[in-house]
Parts: sequence; structure tokens; C-alpha cells
Amino acid sequence: MPRLMAASSHRVSFTLNGRVVSGEAEPRMLLSDFIRHVLGATGTHVGCEHGVCGACTVQIDGAPARSCLALAVQVEGADIRTVEGLAPAADRLSPLQNAFRDNYGLQCGFCTPGILMSLDALLDERPNVSEAEIREFLSGHLCRCTGYASIVKSALAAARQRREDRVYA
Amino acid sequence: MKPAAFDYVRAESLDEALDVLAAEGADATILAGGQTLVPMLNMRMARPRVVLDIMRLPGLDRIDIAEGAIRVGATVRQRALERQADLGKHQPLLAAALPWIGHAQTRNRGTVCGSVANADPSAELPLVLVALRGEIELRSRRGARRAAANAFFTGIMSTERKDDELIEAVSFPTAHAGAGYAFREIGRRHGDFAIVACAAVVDTHKARLAIGGVADRPILRELPLPGSADLTDALDAFAADLDARDDLHATAAYRRALVRRLGLQTLQEAAACRA
Ligand code: FES
Ligand code: FES
Repeated sequence: MPRLMAASSHRVSFTLNGRVVSGEAEPRMLLSDFIRHVLGATGTHVGCEHGVCGACTVQIDGAPARSCLALAVQVEGADIRTVEGLAPAADRLSPLQNAFRDNYGLQCGFCTPGILMSLDALLDERPNVSEAEIREFLSGHLCRCTGYASIVKSALAAARQRREDRVYA
Repeated sequence: MKPAAFDYVRAESLDEALDVLAAEGADATILAGGQTLVPMLNMRMARPRVVLDIMRLPGLDRIDIAEGAIRVGATVRQRALERQADLGKHQPLLAAALPWIGHAQTRNRGTVCGSVANADPSAELPLVLVALRGEIELRSRRGARRAAANAFFTGIMSTERKDDELIEAVSFPTAHAGAGYAFREIGRRHGDFAIVACAAVVDTHKARLAIGGVADRPILRELPLPGSADLTDALDAFAADLDARDDLHATAAYRRALVRRLGLQTLQEAAACRA
């Protein structure tokens, strides 16, 4: 049974956006800090660090979750996706990201990476998602800029786009 | 907002986990989904010497529905129970309460047993467990035992679990024919802690109401059936007995008013949906 001592660093490995990554972490290091400071993937933002704001939301084994409420050592071997994993290429946005651009779904962009990771999972799971379901899901995120209306609009537009892409695929 | 240092132990079998608990006692804290513990670590309200991760223990991720109970193992996430097929048929109160726990993003990680273990006075799962008169299964090196929900919760974030014990499972009784169930809650924002949460069970000759968010633990009381003349007085007395306090979120008077009004509505809803 592994016992990782408090004062030393330990190797942690998992899959990040399809690539196996690893780095050193003390047991107390949060996943959010590990992703940002050790792996250098700063697309994931950190707001409150106690699970309230949703800025740090990533997908852990396919399910959106707070990276500030997980220890790096806890997700050894897991499959993690962050906002960096959404765009199909460096110069192209994903349909969800495009919908946010077209519908003014962001202003400062601080809350956006977390919201995108939640909505990406929601739209995957429920292609015919309703506005009420989107609002319910967004309740796990705080946005201090948009007033949410444009985020809901972006999410509905992205859902519509996904359904059409599916029909013509 | 960063945890203080601790040793991290990833138990690979139940025996290993129980050994760590037996050896470390109060110095060890059990980590399951982490949705209550990690915020407390971040805010340094909890400073354990050892964090014992039980999520990789084999066999504890089962939901078994048999013999009148829904038995939920220690590592079952809230989301998994929420998605259990026909949960609403087996126990409508549980199905009604689950979406009120935090947010979808925290239910993806948080466990059912973890919520019971942490015993937040406004948490939904302890409330439902008390309302249904469920049971908690505990195991330690000394043996296994079962505790009745009503006696298990002893105060704010405290239970009668001993330091060397692990909650192996919790059991929610399934719905009885002829009984109706309802859940209602008021909070400041969606996903916030409950100011008042109500869980009601009504059958042909009795009604009971459990209240969360007011006292230091969920409190259950037998009440007259909805429709009977003495229900209002009984609810008033219940609200008064709960010893509500003023805090940042609500005054004691508002909480008492909610117990009377929301409690009544919850009982009426339960009576109306009696199967
Ligand atoms: S930073 Fe994780 S929820 Fe706010
Ligand atoms: S766009 Fe600024 S916080 Fe949401």
C-alpha cells in the first residue's frame, strides 16, 4: 500500500488531453495547481479554491469536476481533459468555443474554461438538452461579467450545431 | 487556501484501510470523493496527519437493491446513485433529494457515504437517511456493527463513528406500498447550503417529517396526518423545539417560519403522492 510522505515530492502520472504526462507533487498539492504550475497548462483557472466558483472545472474520467477539490496524487492514472483539449488544432476553435465567440458568451474569460468543460460534457451526454438543463448545469459556475444570458444562448447554439453536424456527418 | 502537509495513504484493500485507522486513530482522516474534506483541508479547518484514500478499495462501489433496502457502498459517488435505474420507483425521497446536493460537478465526485460521514447539519443525505430510518454499516479491526441513522448523528459535523471505524455502506429503506414521500428545500442560491430542508413520509395512519439546516443535526418527528386539525399546532411546536439560531444566511424567526410553511407543503405533497 503506497504511503506518500508529507515532506517529499512524489511522481504523479495521468493522461492530459490524450497525452500521458507526469510531474512531482507533494501529497497536499491540489490538482488545479499541479495542472497549472507543474504541467504549465494555465488554461484552467483558479478562483475560490473551495469548490464554489467552478473556474477550475476540468473533466476527470469524462465527468466535469472541480480540480481545486482533488489532490494531484488522487488522480494517478486518470484521464483528465482541460480547455486546451477542446480545439481540434492550434488555429481552430471547437464548435462549442465558436458558439461562445458568436454569441458573446464571454467577456473577461475568467470563468470560461470551466464552463466550457462542463458544457462539453453536458452536450455530449444530452444532445437534446433543454434550456432548463443548461441553466441547472451552469448553477455550478459563477460569471461576474456576462449576466449568464449570453452563456445560455451560446450553449443552446452549440447544442443545435452539434445536432446538425450529426445529421450531415 | 492550500492544505497543510499530510501523509497520503492509498489503501488497496479493506484490511489495509482498517489497519491504518487502527494505528493512526484520530490522526487519520478518510478521503473518498473529497467534496467536503478537500475544502476543509484548503481552508485548514481540517489538519490531519494522515489522509487515507479509500476510493481504490475493491468491492465497495456497489449499489444493491434487495430485501427492502438500497444498500450503497462506501465508494459510490452521488452521481452514480442519481443515475441508478428506477431509483424513483425504489425510493422516491432519495431520487427527489439527490439533485439538491451541491452541483452536478460536485456530485460527480462526492460519495453518498462521505456525505453521511461528514454530517453537515444542512446536508441532504443525512436528512433522507434519518427520515427513512436507514442504517449505517461500520467496520473496524474490532468487528462490524450497524447503527440506526437517528442515533448516529450527534451534532454539527459529528457522528458516533469511532476513530478506527470506516463506513462500509449505508442502507436506505425502499418505498412502502401506500406511503407517499416528498422533499423540499430553500437556499439562497441553487446549490447553496440549505437554510431549511424538509423530508416527509406519509402513509395511511401516520406522518413524519425530518428537518435539516436548523438544528445541529437532522431531526425527525411524528406528526398528525395532513388534513387533521391539530397539524398546525404540532408543526408550530416542532418549529419552536428545533432551537433555530440567527446566522449570516437567515434569522431564527425566518427558519421557524420555513419549518412551518415548507414543512406543511412537504407533508401535503407526500400525502398527495401516496402510492
Ligand atoms: S477554484 Fe475551484 S471551484 Fe473555485
Ligand atoms: S466572462 Fe468574466 S467572469 Fe465570466
